[in-house]
Amino acid sequence: MIAYILRRIISVAPIALGVLLVTFLLFRVIGGNPAYRIAGKNATPAKIAQISHARGYDLPYFLNFEKFPQQLFHAQFPRLARNILRGDFGESLTSKMRVSQLLRDGVLPSLCVTTPLFFIELILAVALALLAAYYRDTWIDRSLVVLAVMAMSISSLVYIMVAQYWLASEWRLFPVWGFEGPQYLILPVLIGTVAGTGGTLRFYRTVMLDEMYQDYVRTARAKGVSPAKILFSHVLRNALIPILTNVIVALPFLYTGSLLLESFFGIPGLGRLLVSAISNGDEDVIFAETFIGAVLFVLANTLTDIAYTWADPRIRIK
Amino acid sequence: MNDASTNRPESLWAIAWQQLRRKQIAMICLAILVAYAGIWLYAEGNFWSAKLRGVTPNYRISNYAIRNQPPSATHWLGTNYAGRDNVSQIVQGTRIAFEIALLTSCIVIPIGFALGALAGFFGRKIDTGIVYLYSVVGSVPGILLITAISYVVRGAVERSPAMQTVTRYADSGLLAVCIGMGFTGWVGLCRLIRAEYLKHRERQYVLAARAIGVRPAAIMFRHIAPNVAHLIIINFSLSFPGLILTEAVLSYLGVGIANEPSWGAIINDAKQRLWLGNWWELAGATAAMFFLVLALNLFGDALRDALDPKLRTAETKTA
Repeated sequence: MIAYILRRIISVAPIALGVLLVTFLLFRVIGGNPAYRIAGKNATPAKIAQISHARGYDLPYFLNFEKFPQQLFHAQFPRLARNILRGDFGESLTSKMRVSQLLRDGVLPSLCVTTPLFFIELILAVALALLAAYYRDTWIDRSLVVLAVMAMSISSLVYIMVAQYWLASEWRLFPVWGFEGPQYLILPVLIGTVAGTGGTLRFYRTVMLDEMYQDYVRTARAKGVSPAKILFSHVLRNALIPILTNVIVALPFLYTGSLLLESFFGIPGLGRLLVSAISNGDEDVIFAETFIGAVLFVLANTLTDIAYTWADPRIRIK
Repeated sequence: MNDASTNRPESLWAIAWQQLRRKQIAMICLAILVAYAGIWLYAEGNFWSAKLRGVTPNYRISNYAIRNQPPSATHWLGTNYAGRDNVSQIVQGTRIAFEIALLTSCIVIPIGFALGALAGFFGRKIDTGIVYLYSVVGSVPGILLITAISYVVRGAVERSPAMQTVTRYADSGLLAVCIGMGFTGWVGLCRLIRAEYLKHRERQYVLAARAIGVRPAAIMFRHIAPNVAHLIIINFSLSFPGLILTEAVLSYLGVGIANEPSWGAIINDAKQRLWLGNWWELAGATAAMFFLVLALNLFGDALRDALDPKLRTAETKTA
């Protein structure tokens, strides 16, 4: 068991390296010299050269053979990897602050929005999915599914715009913009719940219904177990694996924050940081957030595998 | 009808169609989808006839005298900030939604299918390599990677002289969005196809084909591929709504389509005018998007149930 966990943790390294390589190729090679994006549309060649030199974009990509052997690793990718290992993600172009400092500042506001959202959505979705599975093929189940699919079919932009305009601005039920107290979080969390629960609910319901038609449920029913007990102790336990996957894989989003909610409601988290970085062409911030988000996702996937062995004893044998 | 034809086993597609036909909701959704496809073809004709004649298409002619007008008999959904009719903007948005879905699929289907088939069929080192590749791509949170790719690609496309001929006919933002969603979206299809090839590799018909010395490429594409092709259709219909919704988010983030009235761009434009009380523009684009996405969601589900009842596809998070 411990050997398995260790093996899984070690397997994170090659994937993280691959992620770094992919993001590097994307930002530095496929997209061309980032200096063009930083300098804007009407930049002079001299300006481009200056930015390239200052930020090291004029170095070779992987290995510097011209300066062999002393400075073989004086190239873009080794430098980037070394800096990231040190926790240094470069400097923001717009605010001139270290990116690592910006990321630290943004975590708390992001978590303030995403953590309540995560738990409310999870509890609501599981509860409604149990309800739908219990009353399957009745009007309760059908209307829940219809509502869920309808909720999924509206763009999250629309939810935010409509709620911000009517609930906050016209009816003055909530503050429109800002991050000064808990009351500023109610509306974003509410919108996130309404926009996000539909899809999750539908998935959990499918998972539970799949279990409902298994042999062990029939056996339990045959020996007289009550429907409620079947649902909670038999079906829920077995449906736990797909639910766990869904839940753990959503964990990195707690950190990255919500791009839309944060920028619409002026919450100074990582989501809003990314949105403004994209519109200002703040290369290092975009790179850092993409990379960290990916590494967290890899970790979450590993965590899922480990959680499987806890949730399902059958997997432990392998 | 003669005996030979009645004895012929029914194909998967025929059985699936019979099942679909019995479901009322699926049929209503299909009708909605056909209607949207009609609107799409009309918009495509409108767009290309203007493009090939070298004139500004009528949906792009601005008339500042009638800007931001409320709904009326001539303009059912009012006019936008440049005095263009909102209905014709939304009709063009349908064209863009379909173009995005088709262009993205042109990237997703070949990559996803080829890699999935290779990994599942040959196994061993090829499999390890491909699984590694999709684990890496799949581990960057979708919206972040799509945003990053569209952000980077759009700059590259706009600067590259070789792409000038392409961008004359297609919006650079549209290309960027499709490339972004295409190079992230193949992972799901690849996983499905790989799993299916792993299963089919051991089936008797494959062993028989191997035994008589059929080349591996022929087994892969002529023997197994028809048996897993339905997954492509299911994957397409289930990912289409996600593409439309993601496009809207990308437009807001400023890496989406800029010069064409995609639904995302319309919603994004309507944002400022909502504060002036102009809700019809937003409502129109939202409704157009809502019915297409709803019909696709429901029809995609029914299609999956009809073609492959055992398949379970997880919901993906957009933003």
